[in-house]
Amino acid sequence: MATIQFDNLGHSYHPHPSKPEDYALRRLSQEWEDGKAYALLGPSGCGKSTLLNIISGLLVPSEGRVLFDGLDVTRCTPEERNIAQVFQFPVIYDTMTVYENLAFPLRNRKVPAADVDRRVRQVAEALDLTADLKKRAQRLTPDAKQKISMGRGLVRSDVAAILFDEPLTVIDPHTKWILRRKLRQIHEEYRLTMIYVTHDQVEALTFADKVAVMYEGAMVQLGTPQELFENPEHTFVGYFIGSPGINLMPCTLGSDHALVDGIAIPLPDRAMSSAGGRVGGKFELGIRPEFLELTRSGNAGAIPVQVTGVDDLGTSKLATVRLNNHTLKVRLSEEQEIPALDAAIRFPTRWTKLYRDSHLIG
Amino acid sequence: MDKVQDNRAWFLIIPVFLIVAFSAVIPLMTVVNYSVQEIFGPGQTFFVGTEWFEAVLKDERLHDALVRQIIYSLAVLAIEIPLGILIALGMPGGRSAKTSLTLVLLALPLLIPFNVVGTIWQIFGRGDIGLLGATFRAIGIDYNYTNNSAHAWVTVLVMDVWHWTSLVALLCYAGLQSIPPAFYQAAKIDGASKWAVFRYIQLPKMRGVLIIAVLLRFMDSFMIYTEPFVLTGGGPGNSTTFLSQYLTQMAVGQFDIGKAAAFSIVYFLIVLLFSFIFYTIITRTGEGEKK
Repeated sequence: MATIQFDNLGHSYHPHPSKPEDYALRRLSQEWEDGKAYALLGPSGCGKSTLLNIISGLLVPSEGRVLFDGLDVTRCTPEERNIAQVFQFPVIYDTMTVYENLAFPLRNRKVPAADVDRRVRQVAEALDLTADLKKRAQRLTPDAKQKISMGRGLVRSDVAAILFDEPLTVIDPHTKWILRRKLRQIHEEYRLTMIYVTHDQVEALTFADKVAVMYEGAMVQLGTPQELFENPEHTFVGYFIGSPGINLMPCTLGSDHALVDGIAIPLPDRAMSSAGGRVGGKFELGIRPEFLELTRSGNAGAIPVQVTGVDDLGTSKLATVRLNNHTLKVRLSEEQEIPALDAAIRFPTRWTKLYRDSHLIG
Repeated sequence: MDKVQDNRAWFLIIPVFLIVAFSAVIPLMTVVNYSVQEIFGPGQTFFVGTEWFEAVLKDERLHDALVRQIIYSLAVLAIEIPLGILIALGMPGGRSAKTSLTLVLLALPLLIPFNVVGTIWQIFGRGDIGLLGATFRAIGIDYNYTNNSAHAWVTVLVMDVWHWTSLVALLCYAGLQSIPPAFYQAAKIDGASKWAVFRYIQLPKMRGVLIIAVLLRFMDSFMIYTEPFVLTGGGPGNSTTFLSQYLTQMAVGQFDIGKAAAFSIVYFLIVLLFSFIFYTIITRTGEGEKK
């Protein structure tokens, strides 16, 4: 187990990076706690795999340092760092049995046979592989093979961290769910530091204590699933987390409110105070569909809108409304009635966010 | 769905039938026919049953040639397969000028016609004008492949290694290149030694190409003719006379067509048998335990 620190960490595949776009991973200083489950979430090419490979030691960063428990490991091999990693596609040793596959990392480290046997059986039990232990790994299904790959990561009890690089890509949806719960259980039981890379928000949010959202090489927010949902610090987080993502409208600033096409929308005080001193930049107003309120016009603070469509999702309804040229999504409960003619929306001040150049200012 | 009955489909297969019959089936059957006849000349033949086969199986010279042949082929495999694997492991990967250069250099011996290879080595090994022969002579080794059977033997073997190890190396290289990088990364993380990486990742992944390499090298070396014929002519004595050369002497030299035909069939069956044995052994060892 280890606390992982990034000290001015950055990586570029260019030999002489000059502009920010040259970086696959932009400058980053952070500390990740021991024994927590982290997820690295972002679309393809956002730098999450680069960061993972830097943590595991498969890649040496071009700038900055990585520290495990305060010790500089930037140039250490994966073995020296004592980490385990599970890859996107199952990596198994074809000629070995499932048991030998699971025992391999331990035997390479000269762990006594009795301990090897105990650990292998424990991990096999946790991953439902006990019945297959004597079979040759090559004969199993892709699901089972990926379980073996995971098992080889989990079998070492003394690892600094276990890294998962989109490990459930090849698994069918049902098994995915079960395996993720299994990982979660294992994490809770052994309190291992786990780092899980994925582009699937459900996977990230259900697995991790803390989710790091990556976008164009930058880590735009690190927070609990709740923080990411309620307080997205970057418009990308608002857009990427949640389904559908946050509603965004370009706006200008009034004295104590935002102006969207001349319509005043109240802002929280903190937004006003932090926006006050700053001039210039592109301002955007954001609110999650879950927090917008649909009501009738005439009520206090209600802004008249036109309802252009309603999707019934079974457990909730999703209304599409037009406010001048802007299309907004509103999530409603199943029972709520949708006014046909005099519909209006209200922006609860607490959930209304102001962004300047994509970054949250209040 | 209704099955379409259309006998015209047969017409499409006829050309293949004709070509295979003309090029393989009829010649093979002719050989079978010859093997049970005594032939004095065109039209002067009579049936002798299994007499030729009995004669072939008792032929002392043939026994010698067969033993020589088996030792030779096994030596070829024992040298070329491990050497080919070693070369493939040492080759640079990725798309670089170094890779292209290595590939071209390795492919060169494979592009040289067999009798040219024989001629190259014939000159190479000569004590008076050949680089190899002269070098040996200069450092005091009395190397002469024309009158020393051990020297002749080793020269033929080294020539084959020179000519064909590239094939094994290229096949293995192709096998190695198809291993995804994640396997090496996982092995690193699992703390595997270099030997373990070879034993548990590279070797199993090369199994498919190794089967092909072993079969090709076995069959080719078992049927070797041109290179030793050019280099030593089967000598000194009979020390480098392999099966195919003995067969040619019998069929063309002594015009012993019936016996040569019987020999051919036995020869063919031996190659088939050995190939089958190798194939079975290699596929079994890879599969491991039975269900």
